[in-house]
Formats: sequence, structure tokens, C-alpha cells
Amino acid sequence: MADKIIKQALKGGEFLIRESSSADTFIPEEFNEEQKMMAQMAEDFIDSEVLPVNEQIDHQEEGLMIKLMNKAGELGLLGATIPEEYGGFGKDFITGTLLTEKIGAGGSFAVACAAHTGIGTLPILYFGNEEQRKKYIPKLSTGEMKAAYCLTEPGSGSDALAAKTNAKLSADGKYYLLNGQKMWITNGGFADVFIVFAKIDGEKFTGFIVEANSEGLTRGEEEKKMGIKGSSTRQIFFQDVKVPVENLLGEIGKGHLIAFNILNIGRLKLCAAAMGATKRMATISVEYATQREQFKHKISDFGAIKYKLAEQAIKIFTVESAMYRASKQIEEKAHDLIGSGLEYPKALMGAAEEFAIECAILKVYGSEMLDYVVDEAVQIHGGLGFSEEYTPARAYRDSRINRIFEGTNEINRLLTVDMLLKRAMKGQLDLMTPAMSIQKELMSIPDFSSEDEAPYATQRKQISNMKKGILMVAGAAVQKLMMALEGEQELLMNIANMISESYLCESLLLRVMKMNEIGIASAEHNDILNVNFHDAADRFHFEGRNALSSFAEGDELRMMLLGLKRFSKTEIINTKDCRRRIAARLIDANKYCF
Amino acid sequence: MKFLVCISKAPDTTTKIAFTDNNTKFNNDKVVFIVNPYDEWYALVRALELKEKLGGTVTVINVGATDCDAIIRKALAIGADDAVRIDAEPIDAMFVAKQIAQYVKANAYDLVLCGKETIDYNGSEVGGMIAGLLDWGYVSLASSLELNGDLATLNREIAGGYETVVVKTPFVLSAAKGMAEARIPNMRGIMAARTKPVAVVPVFACENYTTILSYELPKEKTGVKLVSPDNVDELVSLLHNEAKVI
Repeated sequence: MADKIIKQALKGGEFLIRESSSADTFIPEEFNEEQKMMAQMAEDFIDSEVLPVNEQIDHQEEGLMIKLMNKAGELGLLGATIPEEYGGFGKDFITGTLLTEKIGAGGSFAVACAAHTGIGTLPILYFGNEEQRKKYIPKLSTGEMKAAYCLTEPGSGSDALAAKTNAKLSADGKYYLLNGQKMWITNGGFADVFIVFAKIDGEKFTGFIVEANSEGLTRGEEEKKMGIKGSSTRQIFFQDVKVPVENLLGEIGKGHLIAFNILNIGRLKLCAAAMGATKRMATISVEYATQREQFKHKISDFGAIKYKLAEQAIKIFTVESAMYRASKQIEEKAHDLIGSGLEYPKALMGAAEEFAIECAILKVYGSEMLDYVVDEAVQIHGGLGFSEEYTPARAYRDSRINRIFEGTNEINRLLTVDMLLKRAMKGQLDLMTPAMSIQKELMSIPDFSSEDEAPYATQRKQISNMKKGILMVAGAAVQKLMMALEGEQELLMNIANMISESYLCESLLLRVMKMNEIGIASAEHNDILNVNFHDAADRFHFEGRNALSSFAEGDELRMMLLGLKRFSKTEIINTKDCRRRIAARLIDANKYCF
Repeated sequence: MKFLVCISKAPDTTTKIAFTDNNTKFNNDKVVFIVNPYDEWYALVRALELKEKLGGTVTVINVGATDCDAIIRKALAIGADDAVRIDAEPIDAMFVAKQIAQYVKANAYDLVLCGKETIDYNGSEVGGMIAGLLDWGYVSLASSLELNGDLATLNREIAGGYETVVVKTPFVLSAAKGMAEARIPNMRGIMAARTKPVAVVPVFACENYTTILSYELPKEKTGVKLVSPDNVDELVSLLHNEAKVI
């Protein structure tokens, strides 16, 4: 029976209550030759065609972004994961993640590309009917048409359903009249096709495909932004724009399904793009540290700098482990859904919805990883880091938006917990049984059993304990606060962070275990694992303590704090030496090398 | 027109060079190999351009073991029609040239293109040797190539200027910068590379003339000392006592 359970794939969010084996995960070390060649192609394109003209891109040189998008289209980068029947190359989701990562190093260009291939193209692919797909997808996958996604309005950002843009069916029933205003529209300056969300008769939130040449559609001025200055961001105005009824996307009143489901994939892709940008900046950090001399030493000789270099690598390697793990889970789930009769686009969307919790975590931690790495890249560069003449300044400005778009990190943290609890209430995830057994465990004598000597047993135990800690805190919060929990956002953030730490730790462990099994894990890979587990335990404890003290008191609080301490236990290691070894590998390779 | 492009594998330009076995072997561990840039960017791409313009076929040939399959598929992804791998570890330039010449003798080609050198050993020898073994014409360091029937016009960069030469096919050339622009393979090319034919040809037995005795890394560069222009005494002292050149 136990074997049977293990072989069944993990459902979305189920990582919290079930163990996973290293065989279930996908690690980037497993890419095949074709995937590597495609990745190299994307990297060569960014290095040779995009980065050399970054300055011109930032100044929005006329026609440059369109030219580069067309070039990406010629290379097949815009249609890599589009099914072949719609003019794409039919590559799997993992390959798509890899290509997004590689393009992600391209700054503003990467944003334009991601908006086009993701939120611009996918609504039609996933929700469009056959005529709509046949009409638009082949042109979008070659780049002949460029797409943009219009959800946000001046008065509705995170609260997307409060949109005011209105659609009214014409008297002859042939078209909808669109009126309203959208803002922060990426690719707004040149898109040929807009995915627009509007309320039919001011009520039914619905998606539409709107062509840019429609009468009454006008583009605002370019926004003046802190970063990603080369990405076109405009307001789009709709004044009595006639949208043919055949351009209604999906079902009337079901626009929220499009808007939110597209964001699930968008969030993982944002993490992938951030990954590409992050690795580039980690490499630039190492390169600078190994050539800059102060006090007659390369600054990479100094412990303070080694710490930063190592920490950059630890964050990258950890988030990357989770990102490819989730990509494989989504790909596998999509195949299951195809097996049960769904066509590929719908299956992939269903799969992303299943793993929406993981996608939200990746969005948050991917964007925060990038922010950390660019910040330290500036710091390592010292005064030059503050100069626009050098790469870190632009990367620093470009990074900041990632914590805001595709759902702010706050919204995504809230969603992480909200989605888990909703699944528990619907009976899709049984959080209650394990939560109850933890309450019993709290009352019992702590487990002093001798240490398991299997490889990575201490890390496995730590993860199992972290999950118990989450169930204890979340279980108690639900019991105590019930419906009022929704209003306790600080507490929800604490719980989201605890969940994320455990998910990231587990993903990292599965990767290093798998690498170890196939004989490619180095001492430094184990150092990354050990430092992250060591530090995650403290972060976990901190979040848990703040969570518990916000709603419990007296004996109950004391008992749970003791439990939390038990569940945050980690092996004390010399993190300084670990980081120095990690840094030594980076310095020797003179680039991000894990 | 049948083009044959010789490609060899070379360590990626960021490779840290190290040796093993008492400095007698190059340490392959963790080295990423690429198609030698002169072979890929100039020889292969120009052959493809001419094929696209004039028709014909482009075959790539490599002397190497199975670890060269990845670079062969890269060349196919860029656009070569098929590939030949002569299944042998390349020993020295003459060995490689003999393998390729033997293959060319058995399979008619109009033009054999090499890169001007491989970026690891920088021998610049194979092209000339192939031409010698075949008794064909040879143009080295060609920076442009135009074909008109069986007549080829090539530019060669020489000290202070260019030399233009005309040569009749078949002949061998080595390609230098200017011949073409690097091409990034596209998705279609990469996917097609899997299905293009790669013929594995057994090694042609021949004697090899050289054996590598040892490798040595260049001495690490020492720091630069700045001497103020009005401090000639210090300069003289440094040149005499430290650099020991005067």
C-alpha cells in the first residue's frame, strides 16, 4: 500500500503533507543535448543581438524592439512551446522554462518577449476557439503579430475584478462596443493584438481579442519608469471600439478564469526570467570581484565578498531546484490530463492551475532572489555599481518591478495560504488529519530516537519537522480565528513564508540527492544544501514565532513555541567555511557555475 | 556544387586549461567543447551561403570519437545537410589530414573548407596538408570567396592589404575573419539536426609522426610596476636588479 502511494504523483500543494522522492523531481543537470542546444541558441541570441544594444533599447530607439522580437520569431523562440498544428515547435513545458530563463538575461527585451509569449499569446491558445487559434496563434508564434494583455486599470490593480471597462452588445448582435481605459500595458506601444478584459453590461467580466487597428483604440504616452525602460508600457484607451462577437474569448462572465489561470503560468515564467537575469548578475559579480584589487588583494580574497558571492549562488541554486521540479510536475500533470481526454493547451492550463500554489511561491522567491543578487552586485561593484556606465545599475532598476507585476508578492503570499486552505476545505487536500496528529505529538514526550544513518536523513527529518511546524501553526490559526483569519494578513504572510521555506528546502534536497545518486554532486553542492537548511531553520522559526504570538497566549502559546522550537531544529554547521568553499568554486570558474 | 567543411571540436573559450598525467595529457574533465569558431563561423557559414545561392550540398566532416557527436549536431543544426565522422581520436595534423584526404578521394567534392586554425593547438596545418595529399590547389587565410562556375575568386588578408586570387575547383581553403558572419541555429534547424544522416567511417590506418611529450602553462603574469617619469634611477634599478635585463 505504501509503495502504491509513493508512486502516485504529488498533487498541487500536497508537498506539505507527503514525502517526495528524488526520482520524482527533474534537475537541470538532466537536460538533453537538444535542450542544451536550444538554450545555447537563446543565450547566443541575447549575448550577440540584445545585450550589445541594451542602451538603445532603454532609450526606446524607434523600431528596435520590434526588430529584435522579429529576430526572436525567426529563430523560433516565440513559438517554442506552441503546438505544431498552430505553427509552433511543440516543445515541452520544461524546455519552455529553460528558454524563458535564457531570454530572461535580456533585460527590457525579456519583458517584452515574456509578455508576448505568455500573457499575450496564451489566453488565445488556452481559451480561444479553433477559429481564433487558427487566425492568431501562427502569426503570434512567428512574431508577425505582437500581443499585449490588458487587465489592470487605474482603479483596479490587485483587485482585478473591480475593472470598469465596459462592453455592450450592439443592437444587431454583431459586435461589442468597448469603452474604458487600461494601464501598465506591456508592449502597449507596438502590439497588434490586445487581450482585453471588460464587463459586459458592467457586470459580466469577460475576455476579448481586440485588434490594434480597431477604430477608437488609442495608445497613451510611454510611461516613465524606474526600470525596464526599454519595455513599452502605455495606457490603452477604448472609445466605442467595435469588437466583433467572434472575438469574444472563452465564455461570457468567465473572464476571471482566463485572467487568473494565465497568471499561474506567468508566475512560473517570471521566476524563470528572473533566474536568467540573476545568473547573469551573479557571473558579473564574480568577474568583477576577481579583477578588482584593494589593499593589494583581489576583493574576492576577502571574506565579506566571498559571503556575498556564495549567498548569491545558494539562493540561485535553491530556487532553480524548485522551479524545474514544478515545471516537471506541471508537464506530467498535463500529460495525465491529455490521457483523460483534454487537448494539450487545456491540459497544460489545468496542470498549471493544479500547481498554482507552487507557481505563487516561485514568483515570490524568484523575484526576491533577483532583488538580492542585483543588490549585492551593486555592492560588490562599490562606487562603480552606482554608475550607469556599468551593468549592475540597470539590472538593479530592472529587477524591482518583478516583485510587483504578475500579482504583487503580497498578493501571491496571501494566495499561497488561501489556495491551500480552500483545497483543504474542498477535501482535495487532507490537512486536518496530519494537523490533529501533530497536536497529539505536542502533548507527548519528544522523539529522542537515535539518528537515522541513511544519506541525507537529517535533512529529511528537518523537512518533515518543518511541515509539522506549518500544520501546527496554520492548524491552530484556523481553529482559533476561523473566518477572521482572512483579515490577519501579517499572520498569513508568516505562514506563507514558512510554507515556502519548506518547499524550497525540499526541492533543494531532492536535487542534491538525485545528483548524488548519479554521481555528480560535489562537496560544494552539499555545502549549498547545508547552509540553506541551516539558515532556513532560523527564518522558519522567526516566522513561526511571530505567527503564534499574534493569536495565541499563555500556556497554549508556550506549548506551541516549544513545539516550534522542536520543529525548527537543524544541525549546527560552520556556515562560514561552507560559504568560503562555495565562493572558491565560483572564483575559480570566474562565473556562476552550479 | 558539393562542399565539404572540416570541423573540429575545441574547448569553450572560457575553459580553465589544466593537464594531467604529469603534464602529458590535457584535462578534459568538465570542459565544454564547441565547434571550432573558425570552422563554424567562417567555413561552414560561407559554404551554406553559397549552397543557398548556387545549389548543392554541404557535408561536414570531423575526425573524432563519439564525444564529437554534439558538435556535429550543432553544425547540422546550423544547416549542413549531412555529416561524416571518422571514428578516431585525432593524434596530430597529418593524421587528421590523411583521414580527410582519404575520404575525399573516395567521395567526390568540389571544395574543401577549413577554418584558418583550431583555437586549441593553433596549428593551421590541416588544410594545407589535405591539399598536398590530394594534389589540389590551396588558399590559406581566405577572407572572402565567390564562385563562378568552376572558378573561385578569393581575398586573402596579407600584411598591409589584400591579395585577390583566382583558383579552379576542386581546391582547399582555410577561412579567416570576414568570410561570413556567425549564424545562430534556429529551432527548426536544431530539431532537424536529430534526423540528418551522420555516417561513421572507420579510421584509415596510417602512421603518426608526432607524440606529445609534455604541456606547460605560460608563467603567470606579474603585476605592473608604475614608475614616475622623473624617477629614472628607480627605473634603472628595477630593470637591473629585478627584471635583470640591463
